[in-house]
Amino acid sequence: MSDSSLANGGSGTDLVRLTAADTAASIRRGDVTAVEVAQAHLAQIAKVDPLVKAFLHIDADGALEAAASVDEARAAGEALGPLAGVPLAMKDVVVTKGLPTTSGSKILEGWRPPYDATITTRIKDAGIVMLGKTNMDEFAMGSSTENSAYGPTHNPWDLTKIPGGSSGGSSAAVAAFEAPLAIGTDTGGSIRQPAAVTGIVGFKPTYGAVSRYGLIAFSSSLDQAGPFARTVEDTALLYDVLHGHDPCDSTSIAGLSFDATGAARAGAAGDLTGVRVGVVRELGGEGYQAGVTASFDDAVATLKGLGAEIVEVSCPNFEYALAAYYLIAPSECSSNLARFDAVRYGLRVGDDGSNSLEEVMSLTRAAGFGPEVKRRIMIGTYALSSGYYEAYYGQAQKVRTLIVRDFQAAFEKVDVLISPATPVVAFGIGEVVDPITMYRNDLCTLPASLAGTPAISVPCGLSDGLPVGLQIMAPALADERCFGIAAAFERATGILQIPAVTA
Amino acid sequence: MSLSYEDVLAKYEPVWGLETHVELGTVSKMFCGCSTEFGAEPNTHTCPVCLGLPGALPVVNEVAIESTIKIGLALNCSIASWCRFARKNYFYPDMPKNYQISQYDEPLCFDGYIDVEVEGQTYRVGIERVHMEEDTGKNTHVGTSGRIHGAEYSLVDFNRAGIPLIEIVTKPVPGCGALAPEVAKAYTAALRDILRALGVSDVRMEQGSLRCDVNTSLNVPGAEWGTRTETKNVNSLRSVERAVRSEMIRQAGLLDAGTRIKQETRHFSETTGDTRPGRSKEEATDYRYFPEPDLVPVAPDAEWIERLRAGLPELPAARRTRIIASLGLTNDEIQQMANAGVVDLVGETVELGAPAAEARNWWQGYVAQKANEREVDAAELPITPAHIARVIALVADGSLSTALGRQAVDGVLETGNDVDVVVAEKGLKVVSDTGALQAAADEAIAANPDVAQKVRDGKVAAVGALVGSVMKATRGQADAAAVRAILLERLGVPE
Amino acid sequence: MAHLARLARLSVTEDELELFAGQLGEIISAVARVGEVAAADIEPTSHAVPMTNVYRPDVVVPSLPREAVLAGAPSVEDDKFRVPQILTEEA
Repeated sequence: MSDSSLANGGSGTDLVRLTAADTAASIRRGDVTAVEVAQAHLAQIAKVDPLVKAFLHIDADGALEAAASVDEARAAGEALGPLAGVPLAMKDVVVTKGLPTTSGSKILEGWRPPYDATITTRIKDAGIVMLGKTNMDEFAMGSSTENSAYGPTHNPWDLTKIPGGSSGGSSAAVAAFEAPLAIGTDTGGSIRQPAAVTGIVGFKPTYGAVSRYGLIAFSSSLDQAGPFARTVEDTALLYDVLHGHDPCDSTSIAGLSFDATGAARAGAAGDLTGVRVGVVRELGGEGYQAGVTASFDDAVATLKGLGAEIVEVSCPNFEYALAAYYLIAPSECSSNLARFDAVRYGLRVGDDGSNSLEEVMSLTRAAGFGPEVKRRIMIGTYALSSGYYEAYYGQAQKVRTLIVRDFQAAFEKVDVLISPATPVVAFGIGEVVDPITMYRNDLCTLPASLAGTPAISVPCGLSDGLPVGLQIMAPALADERCFGIAAAFERATGILQIPAVTA
Repeated sequence: MSLSYEDVLAKYEPVWGLETHVELGTVSKMFCGCSTEFGAEPNTHTCPVCLGLPGALPVVNEVAIESTIKIGLALNCSIASWCRFARKNYFYPDMPKNYQISQYDEPLCFDGYIDVEVEGQTYRVGIERVHMEEDTGKNTHVGTSGRIHGAEYSLVDFNRAGIPLIEIVTKPVPGCGALAPEVAKAYTAALRDILRALGVSDVRMEQGSLRCDVNTSLNVPGAEWGTRTETKNVNSLRSVERAVRSEMIRQAGLLDAGTRIKQETRHFSETTGDTRPGRSKEEATDYRYFPEPDLVPVAPDAEWIERLRAGLPELPAARRTRIIASLGLTNDEIQQMANAGVVDLVGETVELGAPAAEARNWWQGYVAQKANEREVDAAELPITPAHIARVIALVADGSLSTALGRQAVDGVLETGNDVDVVVAEKGLKVVSDTGALQAAADEAIAANPDVAQKVRDGKVAAVGALVGSVMKATRGQADAAAVRAILLERLGVPE
Repeated sequence: MAHLARLARLSVTEDELELFAGQLGEIISAVARVGEVAAADIEPTSHAVPMTNVYRPDVVVPSLPREAVLAGAPSVEDDKFRVPQILTEEA
């Protein structure tokens, strides 16, 4: 798509297929207004979302208002930011003042927060136009968005398939051209896995790079918000809006300032000469679909062709990542979700005068939480209970240390580590019922979550018509490196074709 | 069957310990910027953080950390070079997150002591730990009884939720014998004085800013320590003493009857002075502590600690020694002041310019009497050395008589106002209008002819009754000596 | 299992208890693998990028307007959150 085709406003379809960078440039030049861009995306949502079901709440009025103020600012001669006027889909785990925020749960149905998350404020301040809130696994617990209390989201590549999770609404919205940008959160892979299975780019930052203030907590020591887009550059542009120190989040890293966009643009030159790329032996082989392995092997060859030196590395403790994760995350969530108690906000069930507060709390939580959330609360309550803490949570935290050490040892030899982003491509909605089988979807993404290191997923081909993602992992605080190498890879392989639903 | 205290001590030795919660005097809460001001309209000092709204995160108040370190230093504690907050998980409607951010096995301050003196003997009270946590909101129970039991429903105000609290835990204190209750009380008083001197808390027990849980056990001499009970909600110095004593007597009764002491939580009743079993929880609570992942470790470096140490004010023990020396009193006099619990009050009054003898008279006399009537310590009354120093000054310059001075003290105790305000509001001043006094004297003589005759007959001492009558008629505003002179003159009796 | 549900304030039916018991047993045995790692001398990691001493100044910032505080509550009376009767007494 060339920008000149927009000289007279362009058609709605043209507008939704633009990259965020091109959209913003067109708005800045005056080829198109932000309101027209917002309208085009709202029209696309109206057209495809009845099938995809990416959104839980569409804020058309708010979006048009935000777009209009970008247009007014431009008319007033103000300089517009790099993403001003570009639409965005917000995962419903992020608190938005006055807009429904449910985290995919019945227990928060109808809640309108009295405050904005820090990233919500940053997005608004950047002139980005928020279209609405996207579907997700309840409280971000899941890998398929089937655990939403509001029904599943469908993968735009094949509506019978899952869009990944927990940020499946956001990934599906971007893949279906409902928005060029989206926010996800990644606790064990909830950005990278949905990005991979919907054929888009998703980035999990270094833990502490993006404020968690206003993210409804799942697992506090792992949760990170991050960007989705269809190109590496767009992902980088959004990341540059999101990251930075926040005094409201004690775990936010001070004095941090990345130029992810610059790294992506530099990387797009495509030369990886001198870059050492480590293939993680433990993240492949048995349990990985043949099509995934084939696409990954192609990706390795592509990187080699770009000049990278490929090295196989071993990270022996990665095999304990799944076990450690499924102790830490449920433990923290059992505590984080205690606040949903029918006192200050949200659902209340059984308050008929005959039940005590404890009974009302228990009935409310039983009715308001779905089975997976209850399961994890139960596991976490057990793992933290007296006599078990050391064996479970304590031991899992030590495993984290060992995984960090594996990463450190590997990064002494290589600049980045790569693996498939998921062991399998998108599976059918309703196909996986066993919790442990479902948990195995996160095998590749968990180590970087536990180590708090940055990782990106970029499309690396199709397997039986479904997208496969390449995961690129960098050392803590080397977030820019992920973008640089991903951009080089993207330049060499091209952006994936258009998914079925939008064709 | 109830044993006498002497019976208890004949057979058993007590071991006590205290856990004291103190609200710090920061202007904002522990983890958010909401005001800590007392008495605001319900739920007006709340925000996403202290309401536990989804997504909100805590950030530690730096002054709360510094105050805690100062307390640790004043209590001769070691300061942890690295420690973490922990979550204490349990459901309760006044706790917004249903976990309390506290410290578990890594307190900021640990292993200290303070020395307290009781009846001339020094007792060393070991400090196990000093740690930080957050307060809860307040429940109001609505129903016929107004109490939790039998309430139809409750109302929750979160203004207090998130106020910084520190918990100071003593080591078990054996070896106090009969004086265990007094030593426990003296420790609490010493702790309160230290907290006040540090300026880290206003320590208003009546507002609940200092609350104690008292652990008590008994053992036969030479045997291992007995099972302890924990008595909650002990909120005054005198109650600490009473709680230890009543628990010693209760436990001794059980032990004598061959009954095992149950490890349990009990509640102290200010009205009866004894303890009652708390409602036993249906099952033991499992707090599922784990390190608070939303906060990073507290790691004060030596430079920070030394800067805080250097900034510590003169502590009460040192100050007391210095002041006592400056008063030039005998040991007996000092002991009398100590028994009345007024040493520091007298010292401070003297520092404000009052003569030592006057200061001692007021605190040890009238004020101590008032404290006794109210069953509190003089220091717990709403009257300060500044008040007493002002009363002494007004009496000294003749503006008030001693009797009027006492009325001024009464006024301060009733209202908490400044002395000058009380004097103005009550219209307290010495009546020097001779005509009015003469009229009052004549009335008194007319009303008490028998007494008047006795005086005329030479029993001059009987004039006292007439003086009292005149003083009463003038509401104490006359100078008693002047009244006496006028009466004698009217009765024609030479001085 | 019933004890855990009570600790977590989850009202569960007998059927759910049975289902959860089976699933949790399976999950716990899978995650218990962490015990295979010899980690006696390993420090636990709670944050990937170690940080210490993050504080805010002791400064009052405006609270939320009370209407906003109470707006989402299931039940309100006298500007306070109204809750059903509390039976247990804690801390």
